[in-house]
Amino acid sequence: MSKLLKSLLVGTALTCASAASATELEVTHWWTSGGEAAAVSELASAWNATGNSWVDGAIAGSGSTARPIIISRILGGDPMAVTQLNHGRQAEELIEAGLMLDLTDVAEAGKWKDVVVPPNLLDSCTVDGKIYCVPLNIHSWQWLWLSNKAFADAGVPTPANWDEFIADADALRAAGKVPLAVGAQGWQQAGAFGVMSVAVAGKDAWLAVNVDKDADMAAGPEYAKVFNAAVVARDMSKGGNVQDWNQATNMVITGAAGGQIMGDWAQGEFQIAGQKAGDEYECLPGLGVSAMLDTAGDAFYFPLNKDPEITAAQKELAALMMSPEVQVAFNLKKGSLPVRGDIDMSSANECMQKGLEILASGNILPSGDMSLSADTQAQLEDLMAEFWSSDAMSSADAQERFADIIDSAD
Amino acid sequence: MSVVDHRTAIAGPAKGKPNRLTKNLSSKVAAIPMILTALVVFVGCTIWTIVYSFTSSRLLPKGNFVGLDQYERLWGSSRWLISISNLMWYGVCSLVLTLVIGFTLAALLDRKIRFENTFRSIFLFPFALSFIVTGLVWQWILNPDYGLQGVVRSWGWESFSFDPLYNPDIVIFGILIAGIWQGSGLIMCIMLAGLRGIDEDIWKAARVDGIGTVKTYLVVIIPMMRPVFVTSLVLIAAGIIKLYDLVVAQTSGGPGLSSQVPAMYVYDYMFKAQNLGQGFAASTMMLLSVVIILIPYIYLQFKGTSRG
Amino acid sequence: MTGPRGPKPKRRFSRNNIFIYGTLLLVSIYYLLPLYVMVVTSLKGMPEIRLGNVFSPPVEITFEPWVKAWSQACTGINCDGLSRGFWNSVRILIPSVTLSIAVASVNGYALSNWKFKGSEVFFNILILGAFIPYQIMLYPIVILLRELGLYGGLTGLVMVHTVFGMPILTLLFRNYFSSIPDELFKAARVDGAGFWRIYFKIMMPMALPIFVVAIILQVTGIWNDFLFGVIYTKPDLYPMTVQLNNIVNSVQGVKEYNVNMAATLLTGLVPLVIYFASGKLFVRGIAAGAVKG
Repeated sequence: MSKLLKSLLVGTALTCASAASATELEVTHWWTSGGEAAAVSELASAWNATGNSWVDGAIAGSGSTARPIIISRILGGDPMAVTQLNHGRQAEELIEAGLMLDLTDVAEAGKWKDVVVPPNLLDSCTVDGKIYCVPLNIHSWQWLWLSNKAFADAGVPTPANWDEFIADADALRAAGKVPLAVGAQGWQQAGAFGVMSVAVAGKDAWLAVNVDKDADMAAGPEYAKVFNAAVVARDMSKGGNVQDWNQATNMVITGAAGGQIMGDWAQGEFQIAGQKAGDEYECLPGLGVSAMLDTAGDAFYFPLNKDPEITAAQKELAALMMSPEVQVAFNLKKGSLPVRGDIDMSSANECMQKGLEILASGNILPSGDMSLSADTQAQLEDLMAEFWSSDAMSSADAQERFADIIDSAD
Repeated sequence: MSVVDHRTAIAGPAKGKPNRLTKNLSSKVAAIPMILTALVVFVGCTIWTIVYSFTSSRLLPKGNFVGLDQYERLWGSSRWLISISNLMWYGVCSLVLTLVIGFTLAALLDRKIRFENTFRSIFLFPFALSFIVTGLVWQWILNPDYGLQGVVRSWGWESFSFDPLYNPDIVIFGILIAGIWQGSGLIMCIMLAGLRGIDEDIWKAARVDGIGTVKTYLVVIIPMMRPVFVTSLVLIAAGIIKLYDLVVAQTSGGPGLSSQVPAMYVYDYMFKAQNLGQGFAASTMMLLSVVIILIPYIYLQFKGTSRG
Repeated sequence: MTGPRGPKPKRRFSRNNIFIYGTLLLVSIYYLLPLYVMVVTSLKGMPEIRLGNVFSPPVEITFEPWVKAWSQACTGINCDGLSRGFWNSVRILIPSVTLSIAVASVNGYALSNWKFKGSEVFFNILILGAFIPYQIMLYPIVILLRELGLYGGLTGLVMVHTVFGMPILTLLFRNYFSSIPDELFKAARVDGAGFWRIYFKIMMPMALPIFVVAIILQVTGIWNDFLFGVIYTKPDLYPMTVQLNNIVNSVQGVKEYNVNMAATLLTGLVPLVIYFASGKLFVRGIAAGAVKG
């Protein structure tokens, strides 16, 4: 540990001007579970090692819980020094209102443009050519987790892609398994749908709908295929009776379900249950159809502060978060991928390695947070919640409403 | 035996004296916090909300007016319509059941029984626990696979079926079970306090007249407890309108949208969807319906005072 | 001291008694079942919970979840569990409960015994206020507190609790006071007692049961409050519910249900102790009530 600290002290020399005087920075974030907290500790101890101090303001629950708190503090004129926010569209207004600190000089000094991979991560921090946030890691949704035990019980080999998986559904049913575990919550269902649309309709169609908001494409034949696939998936998920995503993951762990479409954070559950990729479970990025990952992730913003001492410290912390040492230490604990392409992640596990390979190959998508507004995402989640919960909504009805939402999206 | 609301006459014994401002001066001074709260916080914030419901405010409140757009979208949203119908079902059932259960338990506890303290604490304790975990526990108990249904089936009753949280048609009643569990204890307490405020002599008189116990409650006691019932009614109704945490914890509004409620719509659109205007429009509609429901009550209130 | 009211039961095993105790016991099962599940779950290890049946008693009893919830669970980088926010919660609770009940009981008293022109209008506005989902008031109140210079401190938070407790509490007291017989109030007026004297000497002592209800209501509400505590203060004043929320509500991480249950039960202990303690006051309230006969 002390070796890391030493290298940090050297590594952050570029902004060390103010490090002489200790400054307290209050940091708001929603990383509260065991693994997440361990990852935050890496950031905090790196920061404390510079002689400053980290005042932790952890609030669990990203969207509905933490966000009103963050906005209130900023509106109240007494903001925290640093706050986590989903980057992309969601912070736009705060930046436009001039409430966030411009980090462009820090980014230039650290040559972020050259080291951040994929570069669109930095784009989502950029408004009018200025950089306002520090991307910290990459999380992706495009994973299918499969239980080897469930397929063995059903007497079929574990599938290697989505189509084989569908073909095995009957065998799984016959063995008393739920083929596909889906937690009955809008965000999980919308997430699974998004993953299927990339795999079924392809990257171009996905980009046309999500980035260009092309309502014709959303109503067209490519997406009709997606909705038909979603109907199949809906049938496969019947009898699941779970709400929380990790309860659904638990069904895969125990072999009660064949598989689950869920983001890479699901890995933690398998790890805790003592399971290993390749032995008890398999992970298929892009449903095994198109090896492609979206690049959602976490980012930190720095609300504008009147105190110049705090402003200097904010910039110092921003530079620290991007340093290679912190990136490695943080992401190994978090189970996410680093935002720098130039660092060594050889200690990552098998599934993370697969993810790193895809990132390096450049098969990446912007995340939903970057292209769609929170309002549009909420409407999509409502639609998906309704669609998945009962057979009453046909694929054609759902597609029509989907196209309406895309049409009015901004 | 009407004990309600007929004391206005004594409030100002010096009726018609010239100095109106200093009349009841201590009372007015004592009421200053209330007046400020009513005017500044409740009226002020409500007007603020209504004004911004006509804007396209997203993350931050902004003054770009868009007319009735937010309301049009609101009433075109199937989620909002489902929310309202759910709230009506939940509201009626919860109101009736909570009042009946609360009063019955209070009456039973008031029958000079042993272990009154223990029973009262048993009925009241759920009120102390946070909604988040209350919801989680009931979610478990009502889970068809490893909750109540599973246990009864393992006893041999294979056809037993009880899965309210996973059946879109009855999910709102699954939430009702937890809602009553959590809230009825407090109502029982208020009822009990009311019963304890009733004079022993009333009971003696009823016994002398040969009126049975149940009849005494229905005919004599309940009418005497009108103010207590009004308190309970408002408390329950306010809880129903604001129903939010329990649903989030138990079903997150699911399966699908089948257990959505209006407060959840307001909150989700304000903060999760970052569409303040839409959230404000929804809350304005909620407030409007409350006003419509409360007008008869307020009318009766005023009629009552003028009669007194 | 008089006991509970109602006619005296004649025999211990009368049909009436069987009915009363039978009903109470049956209802108790409904109320106690979730508590049983919570306690049992909090004493299990995670592997056992993953197995399923929520009603089965723990095979191996472990108190580790309780220890973890109180002193080890991490919320962010601070791994000292609920204990971190406990005293903050107490610091918030005592002034908020005291002030809100003091203000509301005087309000209720003024509204029932000392009505003045317009008092009912303000009261009705207040009652309407009880129906507003408090979430929509978050931002305007932030702005209000900022203008008053109270944003971020304990005073501001206490005021917010007082304001939001006022509608229901005022209603509670007003309706209780208005069911106390007039004769007492009239007699005191004839003796020349004023507003405050009547309040302290006559009304307050008679209202003991309703004070108990008000305390139960406020202690529970304020102790379990999360949103106000976290929006109107800063981390050094965050109440215990912030840690509870962080332990229970983490979305993308492993959920430790046993620790969640232990944390909830621990958080609920303070209100629970007050509920049990309130029993005595209830009984004393009856004795006080006997005065008016």
